[in-house]
Amino acid sequence: MDATSLNFKNNARGAIADDPLQKALAKLAVGFPLKRAQAAARLPEFEGLRDQARDIKNHVLENLDLYLEAYEEKVIASGGHVHWCATAADARETILKICQDAGAKTVTKSKSMISEEIAVNGFLEDNGIEPIETDLGEYIIQLRKEPPSHIIAPAIHLSKEQVAETFRNAHIDLAANRPLEEPRALLEEARGKLREKFLRADVGLTGANMLIAETGTNVLVTNEGNADLTNNLPRVHVVIASIEKIVPTLEDATTILRVLARSATGQEISVYTTFCTGPRRPDDLDGPEEYHVVLLDNGRTDMIGSEFHEMLRCIRCGACLNHCPIYKSIGGHAYGWVYSGPMGAVLIPNLIGMEDAQHLPNASTLCGKCESVCPMRIPLPKMLRKWRERQYRAEIGSKQVRWALHAWAWLAKRPKVYRYVMSLGIAMMGQFGGAGRFKSVPFAGGWTSKRDLAAPTGDTFISQYHKGARGDQSGELIRRKIMR
Amino acid sequence: MSGRDQILGKLRSKLGRASTTVSENAALNHMQAHQKNLIPARGDLPKAQRVALFKQEAEKVNATVSELSHFGDVPNAVADYLRQHQLPAAIKIAPHPGLKNLRWAEDTSIEVLDGRANGDDPVSVSVALGGVAETGTIVMASGPDTPTSLNFLPLDHIVVVSADDIAGNYEAVWERLRAQADAAGRPGTLPRTVNWITGPSRTADIEQTLLLGAHGPQRLHILIVDGLETTAADA
Repeated sequence: MDATSLNFKNNARGAIADDPLQKALAKLAVGFPLKRAQAAARLPEFEGLRDQARDIKNHVLENLDLYLEAYEEKVIASGGHVHWCATAADARETILKICQDAGAKTVTKSKSMISEEIAVNGFLEDNGIEPIETDLGEYIIQLRKEPPSHIIAPAIHLSKEQVAETFRNAHIDLAANRPLEEPRALLEEARGKLREKFLRADVGLTGANMLIAETGTNVLVTNEGNADLTNNLPRVHVVIASIEKIVPTLEDATTILRVLARSATGQEISVYTTFCTGPRRPDDLDGPEEYHVVLLDNGRTDMIGSEFHEMLRCIRCGACLNHCPIYKSIGGHAYGWVYSGPMGAVLIPNLIGMEDAQHLPNASTLCGKCESVCPMRIPLPKMLRKWRERQYRAEIGSKQVRWALHAWAWLAKRPKVYRYVMSLGIAMMGQFGGAGRFKSVPFAGGWTSKRDLAAPTGDTFISQYHKGARGDQSGELIRRKIMR
Repeated sequence: MSGRDQILGKLRSKLGRASTTVSENAALNHMQAHQKNLIPARGDLPKAQRVALFKQEAEKVNATVSELSHFGDVPNAVADYLRQHQLPAAIKIAPHPGLKNLRWAEDTSIEVLDGRANGDDPVSVSVALGGVAETGTIVMASGPDTPTSLNFLPLDHIVVVSADDIAGNYEAVWERLRAQADAAGRPGTLPRTVNWITGPSRTADIEQTLLLGAHGPQRLHILIVDGLETTAADA
């Protein structure tokens, strides 16, 4: 899809004014974090599992070439095919070719962020093949021609009334006056519609939560069971996955699965965790006759060894979104591309370029909540700062901000001047801020238009310290250090 | 240059590897070791408590569970279930020798067909490879006696699992599958599909409202059979 990340500021303004979205976000902001906290508290080993999950992916990334080769060998040995695709365009062409060779008219799909990343749906449509999203949320946003607004809950931004309207416009063969007020009625209608599609699809396209090198297996995690009908019923099963999805063994996959659902939805485990290996065996009664894996790079190899290497541990659970004060204020669409929240703000500049995604690393308070809940312990705030540094060096961003940063840095490097300027500033602000707070401050309207700024009431910390108003006897050592 | 060469070449140069050596291969060593990571202590219980934990966890995620003392009681238990939910007396069973040989006709008036699911079967009955007490999960492995479609297409899925096959944790089930592959002369392979199933299908995609029966079964009923021969379950 075309990124609108450059339009982030307008997108965010629109999101804050969008009532159904704000209602949905308010619900998400309470529900997901609470459920995650409860699931984590119920498992004494949870923190230890997070450490191991991190270590497993670190080991994989250090040996990624070896694991990819081992994985490929096992897929081929089990009767499958592996297609290596360096770019999104290569992957689209490869998937189209597989569909055309299968004589496919329709392709059922289970939710895959990579398939969103490579925009395969539009490409298949342009070539006369109908892709059908089968995850309920993805189905709804496909009908509305929208991108997902959350990694694991793609239609979270919509009200049930909006979904009803979408179904009325799309399912024109059904009675126009049918009742669609209840979520249950909406689900029944979608289940009926999609059941027909499942049964006559020629190709099933799924993503992969993981690829297991030991056995050449792909892992699929869903709550609906749509990935299972997608991989089991059509004659051809195609898996699209990026190269960093590899894990070594069934045991390693199991460790990551123990932190995935708990971090994502607060479930102990998702309803369906499925391990697919190759096509159906000669005496099997069902399952696909062909099995293809499309392995996508699309920028991952550039991240190996870079400042953003650790981002490749991400398992797309969405915990960082659910806990992010920015995401919870504006939702996913404002980020302007497939991914969103803290993980999106780190990943998107890697995939579409720093210039086009320049606002995203700045859309963070760096509060650190994302890192504290990430099951893979990815240092997201550190990487957001890395992008900010790169932007400064590349002279991206407003002149005003760059000038202010420059002036700050000049001051910060000269402690004596810094203290003098600060004491002047504080004295001045204390003088004018009579009521204890400012309702407006020149150049800081962005802050004071929404809230007051507290006025300083004393002098600086350092001068209070010298007067002995701060700290105790043990502070003496620090005091001497500061003076030096 | 092929996509394969391009991706692997770039990785090798980034990782500072001259070439892939077969010996001294950290990846191979790791994969062969099958080293277990941290396993939650929760499921580490003697059999009776393990089965109790399995039941408790499965019920927590909206599955229903009945315990039977004999495999031969399965037809009557299925008949009870159909009556209780006012379902038609017609089922599709997995073509599993143990299931097929039960006294369906003698004990019940249920119409029994076997094979894969076609999309018009309201109720399926199949046999699980095992269960995992840790999360109340059943494990289904595909094969000629256990077609995967039975787990997903019907609105009601009834699963028979032997109490002896309910393990404390997932790792124990991987070990069983590895042993089965070794015994079948196919070491290092898995069945086409292994399903961990934890409760019936669900979605919360509409206004974060939890609804059961999204695409898979709306109800999952588990029959735990004590004393069921493991060999029958694995056949």
